[in-house]
Parts: sequence; C-alpha cells; structure tokens
Amino acid sequence: MTPIELTRNRLVKATLRARWPQFVIRAIALAGFLFAILSGFIGTPVGNHNFSIVFVWIVWWALLMLIVVPFLGRGWCAICPIPMPGEWLQNGALLKPCGKGFSLNRKWPKRFRNIWMQNIAFTLLALFSAVVLTQPSVTGVVLLLFLVIALVTSLIFERRAFCRYLCPVGGFIGLYSQVAPVEVRVKDPAVCAVHTEKSCYTGSKDGYGCPWLVYPGTLTKNINCGLCMECLRTCTQDNVAFNLRSFGADLKQSNGRKLDEAFKAFIMLGAALIYSAVMLGPWGALKSAAYSIGTPQWLVYALTLLGLIYVVLPGTFLIAVALGRAVSQSKETLKKSFIAFAYALVPLGLMAWIAFSLSFVFASLSYLWPALSDPLGAGWNLFGTAHVAWQPYLMSIVPFLQAGVLIGGLLWACVTARRIAAEKHQERNVILHALPVMGFCFVITAGLMGLLIG
Amino acid sequence: MKAERFALFFVIVLVIGIPLAAVLARSNSDAIEIHGQMADNGGWTPSDLKAQVGQPLHLRLTSDDVMHGFAVGQSAAPALDVLPGQWTTTTLVFNQPGKYTFYCTRWCGPNHWRMRGTIEVTGAASETITTTPPLYVTLNLDLDALHPSDVVPGEKPSAARGAALGVKIDRAGEIDRTQSPAQLWQALKAAPETAPLSDQQIWDLIALTYRARTTPEQLAEGRQLYQQNCAACHGETGKGDGVVAPSLKKTPMPGMTMTGHETVAPIDFTDAQNMLGASDAILEGKILRGGMGTGMPYWGPIFTTEQIQSLVDYLWTFQFDQ
Repeated sequence: MTPIELTRNRLVKATLRARWPQFVIRAIALAGFLFAILSGFIGTPVGNHNFSIVFVWIVWWALLMLIVVPFLGRGWCAICPIPMPGEWLQNGALLKPCGKGFSLNRKWPKRFRNIWMQNIAFTLLALFSAVVLTQPSVTGVVLLLFLVIALVTSLIFERRAFCRYLCPVGGFIGLYSQVAPVEVRVKDPAVCAVHTEKSCYTGSKDGYGCPWLVYPGTLTKNINCGLCMECLRTCTQDNVAFNLRSFGADLKQSNGRKLDEAFKAFIMLGAALIYSAVMLGPWGALKSAAYSIGTPQWLVYALTLLGLIYVVLPGTFLIAVALGRAVSQSKETLKKSFIAFAYALVPLGLMAWIAFSLSFVFASLSYLWPALSDPLGAGWNLFGTAHVAWQPYLMSIVPFLQAGVLIGGLLWACVTARRIAAEKHQERNVILHALPVMGFCFVITAGLMGLLIG
Repeated sequence: MKAERFALFFVIVLVIGIPLAAVLARSNSDAIEIHGQMADNGGWTPSDLKAQVGQPLHLRLTSDDVMHGFAVGQSAAPALDVLPGQWTTTTLVFNQPGKYTFYCTRWCGPNHWRMRGTIEVTGAASETITTTPPLYVTLNLDLDALHPSDVVPGEKPSAARGAALGVKIDRAGEIDRTQSPAQLWQALKAAPETAPLSDQQIWDLIALTYRARTTPEQLAEGRQLYQQNCAACHGETGKGDGVVAPSLKKTPMPGMTMTGHETVAPIDFTDAQNMLGASDAILEGKILRGGMGTGMPYWGPIFTTEQIQSLVDYLWTFQFDQ
C-alpha cells in the first residue's frame, strides 16, 4: 500500500503543528501521572481499589497495548508526561523555544547509543513486576523514579535522552511501533539533502530540533521516532508528512536491523510467557516465588526469567536459524540471519502481549468505577460508582479473541519470516530457510495458547 | 509570552491544584480512621482507642488487605464486615467505664485471633456491676496440667441410649462444674443404684446428664460461636484439624520448655482420654484465659459468661451423642 499523506488535509496538519492540543493533553497526563504517584503513597494499599494500580496497570496498559501501540505506534510517547518537567527545564519554556533553557546538554555516550539500557531496565522491572503491579506504594515509587530519572537525564544530557535510551516502556513501544499503520517521514529526501539548515534537527523559532535525536531526512523506521511532530513544525520546506500506511511496513525494510532490537523481541516474548504463567496460571508456588522478593524462591524465579529471555529463547531461536541456514545453504552469516529473523518475532510478540492483556483487562476493568469515584481511597463517592462491584466483562468472547489474535500473530510472523528469507534467497530456498523459524513461532504460540486459553 | 504565562498557570492549576485539593478534602473527617491488616502485618491501626462514657465514638473502618470483621467483645452489637479498600462507619456508645476489646470476626489469616484492639472508656458508671471471679480462679485450678481420663468408653456415649435405660440419677441436670466426666463415671460406678449397669451404659447415662443440663438454644449458640471462633484451628468436627492447624506446630514433647512465643497443635476435642478428664471449670478457664504460650488465644474479653457456658456445652457434643 502506498502511504497516504494525512497532513495533506489542512485541519490535520494544523492540529498536528499546533502546540496547544499536545500541550494540554500532556499537562492532563502529567496531572494524572502525579495523581497516580500520590495515590500510590497515600491511597488505599488495596491494589484493586487504588487509582495508581487501576489507572496505570489496567486502564493505561489496556489503552497502550490494545489501541495505541498497534494503531499509533509511539503515539503514547507523543503525549507522555514523564519527560515533561525535564524538557521544560531544558527548553526554558512550556511551549515555543525561547533559548533560555537549563541543561548541561551533554551528548549521550556513544557506547550506550542503543537500546541495551532499555532492555536491562525492562528486565529489572520484569523481575519485580509481581510486586510493582499489585502494590500501590511500589507503583508510586516506580513512577516517581521514572520522573526523577527523566528529569536528571534531561538536566545532564541533550534532548529526550531518557526516552531514547533509558525508558523501559519506550523500548518496547519503539520495537512494536514498526507494525503501526502511521509514520512521520519526509516527502522527498532530495529536498532534505540540499537543505543546509537542517532545522528539523537543529531547531528553529517554530520548534525544537528533533528531541529524539533523529534526523528525519534519513528516517526509514518508526523505532526511534517519538511522533512529537517537532519536525513538522520546524521544516521550512514543508517536506515532512504524517502518513497512513500498511501495518508492519517497517518490517519489510532490510536495513538498520540491530542485535539490541533483536534481543528486545526475545525479552518481550519471554516476558509475555512468564507473565502469563505467573499472573494467569494456576501455580500458587510460582506466584509466591514471584512475590517473595529476596527469598531463595524468588532468586530461582528471577534466574528462570533471565535464563528464558536471555538464553533459552535466543538460544533455541539461534538453533532454528542455523538449521534453516544449513538446509537452505544460505551464505549470510549466522549473526546476520539471527538478527534479521528476530524481526519476525515483532508481530508475534505484539500479538502475544495483546492476547495476554485481553486476559486481565476485561476481567479487571470494572475496578475502574470505584477507583474513579474514590481515587484516594478516602471513602468518597464522586461519581456514585464507589460501590460498583467487580464484574468481568466479555469473558465469554475473550478466549476467542485471544485465539484469533495469537493465530493472527503466528501467521504474521510466518509471513514476515518468509519475507526476510526472501531477501537473500531464490524462491526455492526461501521456505527452507524460514521453516525452522516458523516452527519456533508455532511452538511459542502453542505455549501461549496453553497458558492463556488452556 | 502571554501564551507561555497562560500555559504555566494551566500547569500549576492542573498539576499542583488538583492533587492538593484532593489531599485537603481527604483529611476532612471527624471520625477515627481504623485500618485493618492481617495480624502479622500490624492488625488494627490504631489499636488503642479512648472514649467517654455516654459519648458517641465515631469510627471509619477499612481493610488494607483482605476481608476483616469488626466487633466489640461482650457486646450484643452485630459484627461489621470491613472490606478491602472500602469504608464502613459505625458509632459506639459505652454506658460503663472499662477496657473493651474489639476484634476481627473473619478468618483473615493464621494469626487472625491476634487481631485485636482496646477501647478504654473513662467516666462515671451508670450502675454498679459486681463480678465474680471464674471458677478456675476460685478453685485455684492448674489449667496447664495434663488431665487424662483413667477410663474411656468403648464407643461414643449416647444420650438416647442413656434415656432408654430408664435409670434416674440424682445428679442429672445439675452436674458439678468442677467434676470431669471420668470422675462422674467413677462416682456412678460406685453408687449402688447404677453399679449393676455396664461400663458403656454408665457412659450413656453420663451423656444423658450432659444433654439434660443444656438446651437446644444454648447448643445452637455454642455451635455458632465454635464455628466462628474455634473451628479454624480445632476443625469443624473438633478433631484439631482446622484450616490453619497445619501452620501451627506439633504437640510439644515432654520436657520441652515453652517460651510463650510458640504455637502447638490444637487440641482434639474428639480425643476421649484427654477430654473426659477435663471439667467444665477447666474448659471455661482455658477459654477465658487462653493457652498461655500455646497459641490458643484468650476469650475473656470477647465472650460473655453465658456464651462461654454455651460453648462448653457444645464442646461436650464431641464426646457425647445427643
């Protein structure tokens, strides 16, 4: 599908270029974020009644994984409140640039210009997730840490270094944003090539240089584009467009594949498997181990999680890739094949997370009503919904949705794997090369089916 | 510049104003907030309240973990459910000064029984109440001494079979509360009017006397109290196999020194040798005072004298068929 330039529409373009809509949404999000921290600390310690748990881990998560990431990619990053205080200090302004910002504006160290730090940050969060997701005070601490680390990073390093290199959430959103049907791209790279000012990267009076440290002129994937629309505001050549495109368009690109991103795919897939087992499975001992931080049982759980996402899954996948490479007599190096085929796990992983999220989102969504009426657990009844009893929604159709999503993810992953194999092979060897990877995807899907649907 | 200032104002109102207003609104209540948590995590907070005779004491209760219940000991007021994350309000008025115990009425965890607090009520008494010390104190009984029965029945004694014997004994309906069933059996065995009966028939006769001294209402009350407060450890059938029994330690070995911090396996009320050597006074004392270092809680501040008697009557049903 040829991308459709949505910014051709004047209203769309004006709305995306305008600062106020984005500013207001972000300010509201920041207020909600701070309220969630406050609620985590002074609200009821009962997770399913606490605003922070209900809004962050149920409502926000549902919106993020079921709607925003699949359809808008990094749409959340465009309105994320976490980097706002740091950005404001950095810019010295809430809206347009004024040139009076405060930051050391150091360059991010070269060796860390990848998403390994995000991988590690996500893994750390995953290790403690059973507690983080259920205990409001711990959620409060984690959210506060996000805010403080983002602020400090902004005061030391240039632009949104936190978002680009540290944020554990931004890491996986970026990976999965490759499947989203929207993108910011330049209309004509040749125009950029001769445009000496590069105001999209350096900034202008109308906007900031790309906060995500990306030069839009060479942007070919969504991974590092935060959809902040600054380039749309600063481009003096009217050469930046916001496009509607086919799902998974970035996965068709053979350039720019990286090992850190490949590992992110394994981390996310492994985390989906582990979470499904811990949070939805019937194994009490496993739940207890995940909760009992610091105990020998938790250590075993942590080592299992680490082993699965950093050794077992990549190791098995490597064997599958090597097998395909051998039978298809591929000349590509094993490392390159491994990295390339890992991108087939992007749609599989996203669908796994959607299926996992479906399990608890509809089951827990009714906790929203009491939390709305009594966000601080003070006995209020602001909207008359404080005593609405828990009730799972759509539970009769959720398993079918999950099955459809998982099967869709498997098919999508297989198609992607076949396409990746086709980049280097004649038709005869394509299937041979991709088949073991498809088998890997099938086994993962079957495992998730068993864990989520039973 | 104007836009920048407006944006700043907007942010301040939104980001600081709303949370601040919420916090201020939250603290606007004159009732005492009581948070319940499982005993291992702190129990009731606060756990020591003060009140004045005749003055209402407004309470707002919530649970920070699982479902709890709230009741004040030796009070006729029904227990309240205290639900996680929700608030329950109640107002208490005390007519007599003293130290009252409030406690959890739901099995919330292995140490549920320790989830208690006190309300110290001061002021002038509206009437003079005289109390008598319990029997185990008057008789100076050693509640912790073993009291095995020398004789046990071959099968569970039955009041119905006892009634069928058609034998009348003087003691029926007025059992000495200091006497154990085993002692009563010995006395009946030696008495001329019951001496011809077989050992089992004497036990059946004893079952009849224990039934005769109580009423179905008392037994129903005792059963309810038992199920609410005792069955978690001692089990629904009295075998000492309640849901939390596995978390309690085994029966102490002879010679083992109890430090007061241990727990021991709950008593098996169906064990004839142990039970038939105990008297009402001993059972009442155990309930009132607790197990002293065994994990058995004290119920003195919770149950009324009548409730304890009903409970004791019900305990005998584990030995005697009705």
